[in-house]
Amino acid sequence: MKVETVNAQTPIHTPDPAQPLSNAYAWPDAQGRFGPYGGQFVAETLMPLIHELDAAYRAAKADPSFQAELDGFLTHYVGRESPLYFAERLTEHFGGARIWLKREDLNHTGAHKINNCMGQILLARRMGKTRIIAETGAGQHGVASATVSARFGLPCTVYMGAVDVERQQPNVFRMRLLGSEVFSVTAGAATLKDAMNEAMRDWVTNVSDTYYIIGTAAGPHPYPAMVRDFQSVIGKEIKTQSMARMGKLPEAVVACIGGGSNAIGAFHPFIEDEAVRLIGVEAAGHGLDTPDHAASLKGGRSGVLHGNRTYLLQDDDGNIVEGHSISAGLDYPGIGPEHAWLHDIGRAEYRSATDNEALEAFQLCSKLEGIIPALEPAHALARTGEVAREVGKGGDVVLLMSGRGDKDIFQVAKHLGVEL
Amino acid sequence: MTTARIDACFAALKAEGRAAFIPYVMGGDPSREEALAILTGLPAAGADIIELGFPFSDPMAEGPPIQRAAIRGMKAGFGLRSTMDLAREFRKGDEVTPIILMGYLNPIESLGYDAFAAYAADCGIDGLIVVDCPPEEAGPLIAALDKVSISLIRLATPTSDDERLKIVVQGTSGFVYYVAVAGVTGVKEANAEVVAPAVERVRKASGLPVAVGFGVKTPERAAEIARVADAVVVGSALVDEVAAALEAGEAVAPRVLARVKALGDAVRSVRTGASLAETV
Repeated sequence: MKVETVNAQTPIHTPDPAQPLSNAYAWPDAQGRFGPYGGQFVAETLMPLIHELDAAYRAAKADPSFQAELDGFLTHYVGRESPLYFAERLTEHFGGARIWLKREDLNHTGAHKINNCMGQILLARRMGKTRIIAETGAGQHGVASATVSARFGLPCTVYMGAVDVERQQPNVFRMRLLGSEVFSVTAGAATLKDAMNEAMRDWVTNVSDTYYIIGTAAGPHPYPAMVRDFQSVIGKEIKTQSMARMGKLPEAVVACIGGGSNAIGAFHPFIEDEAVRLIGVEAAGHGLDTPDHAASLKGGRSGVLHGNRTYLLQDDDGNIVEGHSISAGLDYPGIGPEHAWLHDIGRAEYRSATDNEALEAFQLCSKLEGIIPALEPAHALARTGEVAREVGKGGDVVLLMSGRGDKDIFQVAKHLGVEL
Repeated sequence: MTTARIDACFAALKAEGRAAFIPYVMGGDPSREEALAILTGLPAAGADIIELGFPFSDPMAEGPPIQRAAIRGMKAGFGLRSTMDLAREFRKGDEVTPIILMGYLNPIESLGYDAFAAYAADCGIDGLIVVDCPPEEAGPLIAALDKVSISLIRLATPTSDDERLKIVVQGTSGFVYYVAVAGVTGVKEANAEVVAPAVERVRKASGLPVAVGFGVKTPERAAEIARVADAVVVGSALVDEVAAALEAGEAVAPRVLARVKALGDAVRSVRTGASLAETV
């Protein structure tokens, strides 16, 4: 194995021979970098495991039987493909381009998270791992991890911040019902980033038998690329469905971003289609001019956390600052490294929506379309009206409906002053 | 790449035929005054080399004791720069004892590698351990440290096979830190019989002294490890003394330094290379 020292500040494009070079965009490079972002910033104890995982993933990716097995479960267990639905009343309401909803909320477990979990647990089985760990914020990834662990009979421990355990009781119960152990993390601020720290501590302690299912397109290489690949089923379906329904590609794809796995899954298949605008929406919490937001790109700067270099919310000393969002799924102080890169090279646009804007969009979608969205995609919907008007009548905008809103009704009721 | 103080320290101890004792303390824990009192008292209490941790919000490789120490340090307003300032104070009275700064990469990135290296050199730092910066990612940091002759100390672990060891020790200096257990600090206990052959492998691969840490808590265990390693690191057990002193309302520095003395005496009581069978 050759050690290469690449200056982190200098993007060097080294195409990875194991990645299919169907187009000119071939990130990450062999070191797991997206320009200066990504990489493998983990404790030395984990390095051999990360290399093993990388090799196992490459082998699985090149093995048609792995993809066939995954496709089978995605079809018959997850319920893919998910519909691309023409949202007629939202379209009328916004008065611009046609709005289409990519219905990831209709997947088993109610969100896009299961696409990734299904891929990773099949990989874990292939690697002979016998124990699963995962981190979770709102509990959606925890529920998806618990679900696939139950399906394949593997014990699963989900790390969840004590604060989130308290405010997401229904999901905690779901995970336990599915046979998983939920470990309430009291370290640090007791939210998602601390849950991820604790999962990393478990992993470094149980190196031989444990597989860590990271829930977003972040972490040390190969996670950002692997999670993106598993979530790219979303973008590939949007492409095929758009050609069938619109007879062309859409003018824009809009998705919410916490770590950004649903967005990168939707964006990646479109990166070479430069006429398609890719728009990510971060959580602006109480506003970008306040300290209470979770917009790493618009309100953070480059740093290293949880195994990768990316944009982070941090103070002058380089300590990580807690993100805030009404949506526990967007409440993360970092962002997947590929989004950091797409931001820097200008291939994707990044905007933000506040808690209040998301709450309004949440109600709008419920009333106009009969679809209660999760608070996460409600952020994306909050920016979709302006995108639709920018694109104009006759155009098409796809909004990624990444999850359903059942989990959020207590939170929303509280904000609307309704007692349940 | 020169590491004058570190090399001189290990050369002197080799002549004495004993292992180095390396206590770990956290910058600003629990206050500037008390942390400085501990730091300046360490050499007299038996420290041959000092590992000085700087607080970070997300210490992913630490168990509860050092996590709590980092929180105490941050509460006292400490971060990377203020911790290095403590070393500068220490250097006013001690030109000999090597100081190894230890922590996580983000505060260093935040400061900028070159600015960090210059500041660290100015404060009299001799070496640096960055838990989340493996060799694959260390190139730019090493380039900055080389300009000021600070050594980036590498970590070898129970998961490092021979192939991996070659990568770990490439271009390193000072000493190699062997992480005795797969896990976080201060939880599992190190076992000298398991550690001994690993230390030998790391010595052969690196040609450098090997320090052993993670999981050394008691004088007995420190003495066992001192027989088979070139240095013994104790961290969690010492920061736990800070917590215990605070809990009991006792003066912190004397309690921590008494613990350092007990551990240091244990390390000094044995000769390197003595067989494990001699362990009582």
